[in-house]
Amino acid sequence: MTQHPGKSPRVGLFATCLMNVFRPGIGFAAAKLLEDAGCSVEVPDAQTCCGQPGYNSGDFDSARALARQVIELFEPFDYVVGPSGSCMATIRHDYPALFEGDPNWSARAQRLAAKSFELMSFLHDELGVTRVDAGTPLKRKATYHDSCSGLRGLGIKGQPRALLASVEGLELVEMQDAEVCCGFGGTFCVKYPEISEKMVDDKVANILASGADTVLGGDLGCLMNIAGRLRRINAPVRVFHTAEVLAGLADEAGIAGRTEGAA
Amino acid sequence: MEIRSKEFKERAVFAIHDASLQQALGKARGGFVGKRAQQAAELPEFEALREEAKNRKNAILGHLDHWLERYEAAVTAAGGQVHWARDAAEAREIILGICKRVGARTVTKGKSMVSEEIGLNEALIEHGMEVVETDLGEYIIQLAHEPPSHIIAPAVHKTKDQVSDLFVAAHGGPRKTEVADLVNEARQVLRDKYFRSDVGITGGNYLVAETGSSVIVTNEGNGDLTQTLAKVHIVTSGIERVVPTLDDVTLFLRLLARSATGQETETYTTFSTGPRRAGDPDGPEEYHVVLVDNGRSKMLGGRFREMLRCIRCGACMNHCPVYGSVGGHAYGWVYPGPMGSVLTPLIKGLDNAYDLPNACTLNGRCASVCPVKIPLPDLLRELRHLQHRQELSPAIQRHALTAWRFVATRPKLYRAGEWIAVRLLKALARNGSLRKFPFAEGWTAARDLPAPAGKSFIEQWKSRRGQS
Repeated sequence: MTQHPGKSPRVGLFATCLMNVFRPGIGFAAAKLLEDAGCSVEVPDAQTCCGQPGYNSGDFDSARALARQVIELFEPFDYVVGPSGSCMATIRHDYPALFEGDPNWSARAQRLAAKSFELMSFLHDELGVTRVDAGTPLKRKATYHDSCSGLRGLGIKGQPRALLASVEGLELVEMQDAEVCCGFGGTFCVKYPEISEKMVDDKVANILASGADTVLGGDLGCLMNIAGRLRRINAPVRVFHTAEVLAGLADEAGIAGRTEGAA
Repeated sequence: MEIRSKEFKERAVFAIHDASLQQALGKARGGFVGKRAQQAAELPEFEALREEAKNRKNAILGHLDHWLERYEAAVTAAGGQVHWARDAAEAREIILGICKRVGARTVTKGKSMVSEEIGLNEALIEHGMEVVETDLGEYIIQLAHEPPSHIIAPAVHKTKDQVSDLFVAAHGGPRKTEVADLVNEARQVLRDKYFRSDVGITGGNYLVAETGSSVIVTNEGNGDLTQTLAKVHIVTSGIERVVPTLDDVTLFLRLLARSATGQETETYTTFSTGPRRAGDPDGPEEYHVVLVDNGRSKMLGGRFREMLRCIRCGACMNHCPVYGSVGGHAYGWVYPGPMGSVLTPLIKGLDNAYDLPNACTLNGRCASVCPVKIPLPDLLRELRHLQHRQELSPAIQRHALTAWRFVATRPKLYRAGEWIAVRLLKALARNGSLRKFPFAEGWTAARDLPAPAGKSFIEQWKSRRGQS
């Protein structure tokens, strides 16, 4: 831990828009992991979206409008942490770029960027967490999908794997092309559905070939894409966010999993 | 070559359902990616070289005018001639002029993407010349009357079976099925063409300012035969390919083959400097270089300057999962994949290639392997920005963004919308997911949509933990 000996760092939890709607459990898992690591967690309820959909659609003005909102809301915290490499890469890399040369916002964007982290890298690299207490041992063979923004934008690769290694009963196997995009790409998947389907099919083929019964990852967009495809083809593979497994909250149906009957 | 990038979506879907194409793409993907990774791992300074190459290119581009003038002077001193072409039409005119002046009937060609860019073959053929591509891949697609689908492996979309069929049709049987036999057959046919060639046209990987040399790299030696056996050698190259010294060439050579094909070095790296001198055993009587601008100087002065670092290795497309899914032809012009998705709209117009910058997940794998570290995803996003500002994006997308911004900048309204959405989606879900949902057909065509829990995270957090 880098600061506040004896005082718990105040973390603003960035509730990503997909998590907030589709998988609140990830938010509670993130809060539990942060609190277990000694942080005090708050969830500002005026937060909406990081602005990435606008940025990646070329609407930089809208992205800036959302970015200003996030900066103002999260500035008071010691850290901003979110369970998504994608949203947190937007705050860390894109905010400073969006406000480059802006006398009012550039420094504020850079300050926020410097204290904003994706959950796994924050736990592992900033807080020095190496083991988690995931509760009841899991009997799962899992494979980890490296989401692109986290992997290439934030260097997230070893951290989730290291933390997952401390989960009793969990066997981690590497699939072929774990680092290749699953075809989600935000609005890409609805703008170019056929290409996206081809890409997620390639991903699913690698998942099935790995022999894993569980897929883990750090970005809900990718996980919804993979899980939605697995469900459509009736593949008996469950999908969880890494945080859910680490927090011992992966005992229910996976993402897009059947809520009745066996998976 | 006529641009067909407006048909990207249709052509992409067609490509996904083309079984032979998918077979060919699958094979290529595995080969290039694995070999490049191995080369990068075996060279401890590989990452440092990428950084050095990026910096060196930036330094050259900062004084491109100077180096080009130095290069021209050196070529002239070696007895060659430099021609400046502002655009594709001028480049074609210059080359046609040379070919007509020397009465060319047969023109052989080494692989040159710039010659594709300026539509050279069509122009020469229109004027009654026989044009023979001598790179095996280019030769195959010339027989098939197709454009290249990859900048270093132009026939990568063809299976061996398809090549066998093309050769039977072009050369007469018997049908060969072994790669070595097919290569030999092409070699026999091409050998005769080299000796009959009046003009040999090659590209130029590097143009060396200090010596006036042009450099080509090949694995087949076809470029050497093209440029030494013809009476006239014409080099076609983009203005950004000039480098100050031979030292610079070695830097880029160390990266090129490793990044492109995953070889330590190409089989042939050939320097040519001017025409045949007195006492030379071989070489052309005339040596010309056609320097093509075609939009490059405009890039140099703007926010897309970084694209001019490109050394045309093809690593970006080899690692692009979209290219890997649809192949090169879907992109509809000369340059496919990530680099093509930046270059095509810049050279041919933003409105002529709307889909190219958009058909990308911004996954960044291209930039992570680019030997000169071009931030391709950032450039693609920048192109989207220009398209958005010029209102070239679909009206429905712009309206959706306006509505999204209106709601997302009003947290109370956003929370209210979310309140409805989670409940509506939950009500429509069956056994944990939705198979269909209006407004999201693109999603539900291929996948289920996970069902929300019924209350948003923030709603649940507030009820469990109280107000923040």
